[in-house]
Amino acid sequence: MQTTISLEIQRYRPEQESEPVYQSYEVPLRKDWVILDALNYIKDNLDGSLSYRWSCRMGVCGSCGMMANGTPVLTCATFLETYAPGPIRVEPLINFPVIRDLIIDMSEFITKLKQMKPWIVREEEQPLSDGEYLQTPDQLTEYKQYSMCINCMLCYAACPIVGLEPGFLGPAAIALAQRYNFDNRDQGKKQRTEILKEDNGIYECTFVGECSIVCPKSVDPAGAIQRYKVAAAAEWWKSLLLPWGNR
Amino acid sequence: MTINTQYTKFRPQRYQTRVPIFWWVHKWAHLRFITRELTSVFVAIYAFVLLFQLWALNQGAETYALFLAWLRTPISIGLHMVALLFVIFHSITWFNLAPKALVLRLGTKRVPDAVLIVLNYLAWGVLSVVIAWIMLKA
Ligand code: FES
Repeated sequence: MQTTISLEIQRYRPEQESEPVYQSYEVPLRKDWVILDALNYIKDNLDGSLSYRWSCRMGVCGSCGMMANGTPVLTCATFLETYAPGPIRVEPLINFPVIRDLIIDMSEFITKLKQMKPWIVREEEQPLSDGEYLQTPDQLTEYKQYSMCINCMLCYAACPIVGLEPGFLGPAAIALAQRYNFDNRDQGKKQRTEILKEDNGIYECTFVGECSIVCPKSVDPAGAIQRYKVAAAAEWWKSLLLPWGNR
Repeated sequence: MTINTQYTKFRPQRYQTRVPIFWWVHKWAHLRFITRELTSVFVAIYAFVLLFQLWALNQGAETYALFLAWLRTPISIGLHMVALLFVIFHSITWFNLAPKALVLRLGTKRVPDAVLIVLNYLAWGVLSVVIAWIMLKA
């Protein structure tokens, strides 16, 4: 019966080394332990200098995303047992600059999200006295899936295009744009499409599809991007065939 | 403990990796993706063959006979076999992906993915039969 499993963790301490190195730790292999438990065990008992992010440990906050044997996962939702007999190679999410050990710099990602205007855009706000903007359950289903994103950035680590073209707005940002585009209360689609039809937008995506596979919340960003492309193409044809139509 | 001489306390170095040229060979999903992209080359080649055929037809009977003779050469048959394989791979992968791009609704219900895929294959089959029928009748 195997009682321990070894973790090969990528360490990067900029004051000490200019290239990351790997360090091995032996942790108890418990049935109910996820990778994050193992990291916490290391931090508490073996090496207090290990740095990584986490918060909720229940797949909600999206801060514990890392590469496990080359695949981006939420470490709080990935059991050690699946990797037995090991070892498990734990690395920071790829396609992001590394700050220290398993911590990546997400500032670029946040800027991209903000560019999508992720709020309800109205051409004209209706007066408060008219009450709230109403929505039927069917209208909610229309975008709900895209609103489940927890910004864990696994899709950015899975997307080879993000790696090759760092300017690419990326899966989560475009899915977020669709979350508002499909919301019946929103009128900002035109503004978002202006940004997304540019060089770093939807056409950068070549539909590798890996983003949807790694997504822990089944948001399906790949689908969101393809639907955007189809809609944009339809718009283009409409403006070509009906130039007098209401643009 | 080693010391990194490049280190500056308040602006620490970020470590950034680069994507290697052969990033797509390590994972089956990536390899499949690149293959799918490559198949479009064969789709394009085949389109050129067709255009060339039209051109030959336009040039008169003699040129067209030459073209038909070329079609029967082993090189041409080989090319057609390879192109056929790649075009089939291309079609199948795209048909299977179609529901991602196409979200159809009947009333309030979303048409299931499987139905969309099957409809694509049906359309493919029907068109192929119609074309074969026209060709064989001629
Ligand atoms: S710790 Fe919050 S998602 Fe894993």
